[in-house]
Amino acid sequence: MEAQSPFRRYLPIVLWAAAFLGLYFVLQALIAPFVEGISLNLKIVVERLSGVGKFLFAILGGLVLLEIYFYQIFFRQPRNVAANIITRLLQSLLALVVLMVFGYFLELTDLVRYGEGALGKLFRAPITAMASLDGFLVTAKIATKTNATMVGLFTVVLALLVIFGIIQWLSISRNSRLGLAYLLIMPAFVGILFLIIYPFLFEIRLAFSNASLGTQATKNASYGLIYGWENIKTLFTGNVAKDAKFFDVFWRTILWTVINVTFHVSGGMGLALLLHRPMKLQGFYRTLLVFPWAIPTTIAAMALRNEFDNRYGLFNILLNDLNTWLTNVSHGTASIIGIGNAFAWLAAHVGPVSWKQDPFWAFISILISNIWLGIPFMMVIILGGLQSISQEYYEAAEIDGASKIQQFRFITLPLIRPVLTPAIVLGVVWTFNKFDVIYLITQGGPQEKTDILVSSMYKAAFQFYRYGFTAMFALVIFVFLLGFTLMFLRMTGGLKSATD
Amino acid sequence: MTTLTNATKASSANPVSRAFHWFFNRAHGDSPFKTILVHLVLIIACIIAIYPVLRVITISLRPNDTLLTTSLRIIPENATLNNYKEVLFGDAAKHRKSDFFLWLWNSISVVAITSVMSVILAAVSAYAFSRFKFPGRATGLVFLLTTQMIPAGMLLLPLFIMLARLKMINTSLGLIIAYAVTSVPLTIWILKGYYDTIPVDLEEAALIDGASRVKVFTAIILPLSTPALAIAFLFSFMGGWSEYLVARVVLQKNEIFTWPLGIFTYAQQFTVSWGQFSAASVLIAIPVMILFLYSSKWLISGLTLGSVKG
Repeated sequence: MEAQSPFRRYLPIVLWAAAFLGLYFVLQALIAPFVEGISLNLKIVVERLSGVGKFLFAILGGLVLLEIYFYQIFFRQPRNVAANIITRLLQSLLALVVLMVFGYFLELTDLVRYGEGALGKLFRAPITAMASLDGFLVTAKIATKTNATMVGLFTVVLALLVIFGIIQWLSISRNSRLGLAYLLIMPAFVGILFLIIYPFLFEIRLAFSNASLGTQATKNASYGLIYGWENIKTLFTGNVAKDAKFFDVFWRTILWTVINVTFHVSGGMGLALLLHRPMKLQGFYRTLLVFPWAIPTTIAAMALRNEFDNRYGLFNILLNDLNTWLTNVSHGTASIIGIGNAFAWLAAHVGPVSWKQDPFWAFISILISNIWLGIPFMMVIILGGLQSISQEYYEAAEIDGASKIQQFRFITLPLIRPVLTPAIVLGVVWTFNKFDVIYLITQGGPQEKTDILVSSMYKAAFQFYRYGFTAMFALVIFVFLLGFTLMFLRMTGGLKSATD
Repeated sequence: MTTLTNATKASSANPVSRAFHWFFNRAHGDSPFKTILVHLVLIIACIIAIYPVLRVITISLRPNDTLLTTSLRIIPENATLNNYKEVLFGDAAKHRKSDFFLWLWNSISVVAITSVMSVILAAVSAYAFSRFKFPGRATGLVFLLTTQMIPAGMLLLPLFIMLARLKMINTSLGLIIAYAVTSVPLTIWILKGYYDTIPVDLEEAALIDGASRVKVFTAIILPLSTPALAIAFLFSFMGGWSEYLVARVVLQKNEIFTWPLGIFTYAQQFTVSWGQFSAASVLIAIPVMILFLYSSKWLISGLTLGSVKG
């Protein structure tokens, strides 16, 4: 390996680069005649790259500073008493500034209001300081108006690095095993704090408010327990989106979840059992059967929406053909009493259906769509579980004279349970929350008769702008789901194996 | 013995009987009837699985004047690629530019950044969850699992208001933030499951040899978990790639639409152009589906590793 000449070592890289370059030129030559008709151009690409790049750089930079700060807390020991005092002083100062900035962020996003008093001034202090720094930089001709913020931030980062340098110089290293663990989860924790915990708190606060379009979201909203009570009262007795009542939607959601998961699991199990045998074309079938999962949901849902068209959709074309066939048969067998009548009855009752206007058939249409979309996932999961079962069990059972059904009941089911239980829990939760199919196919119509809880919630928020109400709605759904999951996991003991 | 060899010879000589033996694979003892039945059921299931997909292709090939038809032919009469041309390169006659590549670029830039960020954050913290017994570990893991119970639209409302206050509505950065919500916890969960399967002995040996924890992580764990990192990346990529509902709330300008929003402009209420809609769908779906079918085996192992451990 060491004897390899540099020429041979870099040859693949050069070849790859050449291939990509060639591909680029070929594509460019191909597209060149049409370039007039394409709205994407290099300028947009570069703009986006620089915007996203700045964003990433800012986030990563912030995280690095945070990591350095905690690294010094965990892994550095001040040399002596004086150093100790200075270090801790600097660190508490930094912590205080960060807390102040965080407090300012809370106010900026309207979670809390400090008012114009001392408290508000305190939390806004870093920002005012920052602004005056920018102003100073501009007057001192170090920066221009356009890049003042940039230069200001740069100065602050530089100052922080100097402080870190001082602490580093004043201390000696020490060992800390748990420190590393905390340093490692720090970035994700910060992310989760801003992306999940903070919005969640926001949601709780929102649930006890009267925020809506009329109050300009949170700008003029009032908060208080009384509003929370109002929201709960509306939720259970009033209209959840426009006209629908909570418990109608609730039972429909349960029905939706139960039917979907039942069909997903039984269909997936059936197909997996059929596929799990030494047989030709197995891989071929498997690939084709995964199609509904592989196709992007948005596209699949829209395609299916077309198929539920009353005149041109696949389902009604087929039903129409069936109806014609039945009518013909009933005419042909009219002389045979009983059969002729039966076919005539069928022809009168089986035929095209109004998928869009009839609430029942609209619900059937979204069920069909979601079942079609969801079976492959369960199939693949169960197939994976089946393949992990040793063949020896079945051979032993065969010798003992167990029937196929007994084998399934006493070998297959218990052994794929570790796979099946979490898959079902996740399936239930996902189906309960999955409304893109509903939204894309029926949009909850007709008259909100195919809405489930989450789609009603989405509508309440983004079509009817009832923000405070929606927040309470979301909390109720969340509590319900959490209760279900905890109960299910307690029953099956699935959580313990996952956390140890 | 001789009869057996004769039989094999006969079957290898006769192509029909050879095909028969190949297909029924008699070795394991299913009767031909049962084999045919199994194949029949599977073929019907396959047709059900792919027929709607084929229909999309059919519609995309239809010329504009026969878009609405009750014909069930897979390749329509007078099939044309006009819809594809219009989707890709616009319509010069109507002075309409094609936004197709713009939407693709918007989607790719948003989703790729989200995925890269969440994989980086998760790769590091999942290691801590997998190898250290620190106070708060179990709580953290349960918490991560709990986030999966959060309804899709639940955090969307506070995030929407937050983004609006920060003036990030209608920017790609806003969408990146909104997508990161779901993708970070799931990625941590997947990667933690994978790290758990890497034997600890490997690291302990390296630690005894004097390597630091950081060195162990970058030189042993990361290279060993490349497949899992790829899976995690793919997972969050797939999650964001065809997302519609969140994007609809956050983005309202045509120039920054992701493709799911974009292709819906073809399906506007009054000027539905199903032909172009389908053509765009096919163009987007084919690469994604190839990638998905190619990687589905690993995707599954990644998904089950985290939650399923006997």
